Amino acid sequence: MRKLIKDGAVVTDDWQFVDADHGTVDALPVGKVIVPLALWLENKAELSKHLPKVGVWLNGEEDTAQLHDDVAQLPLIAVNFPVFTDGRGFSAGRLLRERHGFSGELRAVGNFLRDQLCYLRRCGFNAFSLNEKYDPQAALASLGDFSEYYQGAVDEPLPLFRRRALTS
Amino acid sequence: MYVYDEHDHKILSERVAQFRGQVDRYLEGEISDEEFLPLRLQNGLYIQRLAPMLRIAVPYGMLTSVQLRKLASIARDYDKGYCHVSTRQNIQFNWPSLEDVPDILAELATVQMHAIQTSGNCIRNTTTDQFAGIAPDEIVDPRPYCEIIRQWSTFHPEFAFLPRKFKIAVTASLDDRAAVQVHDIGLQIVKNDAGTVGFRVLVGGGLGRTPVIGSVIREFLPEEDLLTYLDAILRIYNQFGRRDNKFKARIKILVRAMGPEVFAEKVEEEWQHIKNSPARLTGEEIDRAKSFFTAPPYRQIDDAAVSAALQKHTDEELAFSRWLNRNVQPHKVPGYAAVTLSLKPAGVSPGDITDKQLELLADLADQYSFGEVRTTHEQNIVLGDVAKSDLYDLWKVLKPAGFATPNIGTLTDIICCPGGDYCSLANAKSIPVAEAIQRHFNDLDYLYDLGDLDLNISGCMNACGHHHVGHIGVLGVDKKGEEFYQIQLGGNAGEHSSLGNVLGPSFGRDEVTDVVQKIVDVYVQSRNPDEQFIDTYRRIGIDPFKERVYAKAD
Ligand code: SF4
Repeated sequence: MRKLIKDGAVVTDDWQFVDADHGTVDALPVGKVIVPLALWLENKAELSKHLPKVGVWLNGEEDTAQLHDDVAQLPLIAVNFPVFTDGRGFSAGRLLRERHGFSGELRAVGNFLRDQLCYLRRCGFNAFSLNEKYDPQAALASLGDFSEYYQGAVDEPLPLFRRRALTS
Repeated sequence: MYVYDEHDHKILSERVAQFRGQVDRYLEGEISDEEFLPLRLQNGLYIQRLAPMLRIAVPYGMLTSVQLRKLASIARDYDKGYCHVSTRQNIQFNWPSLEDVPDILAELATVQMHAIQTSGNCIRNTTTDQFAGIAPDEIVDPRPYCEIIRQWSTFHPEFAFLPRKFKIAVTASLDDRAAVQVHDIGLQIVKNDAGTVGFRVLVGGGLGRTPVIGSVIREFLPEEDLLTYLDAILRIYNQFGRRDNKFKARIKILVRAMGPEVFAEKVEEEWQHIKNSPARLTGEEIDRAKSFFTAPPYRQIDDAAVSAALQKHTDEELAFSRWLNRNVQPHKVPGYAAVTLSLKPAGVSPGDITDKQLELLADLADQYSFGEVRTTHEQNIVLGDVAKSDLYDLWKVLKPAGFATPNIGTLTDIICCPGGDYCSLANAKSIPVAEAIQRHFNDLDYLYDLGDLDLNISGCMNACGHHHVGHIGVLGVDKKGEEFYQIQLGGNAGEHSSLGNVLGPSFGRDEVTDVVQKIVDVYVQSRNPDEQFIDTYRRIGIDPFKERVYAKAD
């Protein structure tokens, strides 16, 4: 089974990812599934019956507000990075956490780099389905590329200037 | 000058370690070229025509003598003994080897310098007025705000992979020396009727392929709201900026497509969600930033007495008088002046400076200007705080060092990108064009008679040489694999910004100087008394220039 980095450790991924074009509710595999946003929105009533074995994935460009009413019940939301240079997913992560209050597993999937792990973590992601070319154990180090930051973000809401003021 | 505390040091040393690891993994083949590209660019590292180019950040143009000495030793140890001042006030090394870059960065970190976000599709180094803090006409010193923006933008986790590069400039005077109207975000510091300091916010300006003057989206933004408002603008851009076409990916295209009003509404709506978040600035933090930019211990100087003494020297020495007129600028403190060191003597690539010159500069900064210098977007260097009583002695030292060419603001003070000699994106060389023009216009009295005249050269559409805002702009173009030069007229940087118009069909390299001469001739024959080039151009339009330049030889 596929490896996953989750909460700072390498674990086995027990979720199945359903591609955008393979998605009808009837055809879903058994077990825990991550379905495309469109499928979820169209079949919410039906899919909800399977909660908490259903997660939803979206592309960074899709409006996270579409999940605003669902975040409380969803155990997992995944944001897909079609290419690693597409930074929309970083905003999507923050919005899901900070604006919509999602507290479940926020997973990055797709084409992102090991070298983006630290930024992703700061934007609220706690699970990373890394490209299989990486050794996930070695990649863990990149999560902690930085341990101090100027800006506030999901991991540390207070910007450095507020923390400086507290200690001086 | 801002001084790092343990937090800043920690962030920087973590960056050095991170990039060292990335270079190792790249050299071992774990990171592909394509993946390494954004990683190295966000560290200022280009792969150039001949060797890598490393762009070092000079936050808002300020350098200390300690930093200058470090740059000199890096130029000597890792490069060919010189470096280059870029049109965005940064420093570029043209010949380092990739394997050495982590060591160079480690050395830079010891003097609180780095190459963070000097390239790539992220928030770039914030620029400001080269006379910040000393200009008689400024409302407040813009540098504390620049430093606040520097910290906010450094490794911003959400905005490191934007659709395209993103540049912010700040000015605090009406005579906009930071060109805020042609930046992705321009911040003009203003005071409202109540005397409160805030920002007039412009977005969507820019040069490059599609030059645009920015639109005002907020007339007054209170200073505490600076960072949250910037976050809102960037978030809208990150989400909605085009990513399908690199040439349409800058924020100016988004602002134009949405319309500035709609864009402003979107920003406002986003901002309402975050304006009271912990990212909101505090008065305490603004005061902390200001505490690094306090006045140095100026001496009491009798301005009238020193001016009289200077007069004696100017009467006796024409060369000194020329230099005083052109290269010395006013200062807000009586008895002090700002001195611009020209990096544009004929025969030197505009903006190049050697290791020896850097070291001399460091000594001069220590002796005459409280240990600090400033880089300018015109690719010169400024000693910001020189006592007028020292001007004559300083000039005596500057002259043999090659720093005293009295051409600041004249036709030969050319802004020029590295062009085809170094840059792999170039359509044409730019340095030889600048050199030919400098050699041709070598009569100082003639240059002074021509007055303020900006000639800017870019080797391609990317416009690093700011050709759109030169009174005369020269752009390298490629015609079936051959180098040609398009001429533009009527651009202007500053308060009354305008973009140049294309004169007509382009020219071969050996024709450019002659064309410039004809353009200048039309100006000289058409001008009213005391009328500057740009004003004559605006009055008579482009046609007389066209007629002269393209006149058929009889
Ligand atoms: S304008 Fe073009 S040629 Fe000149 S430095 Fe920029 S990219 Fe290179």
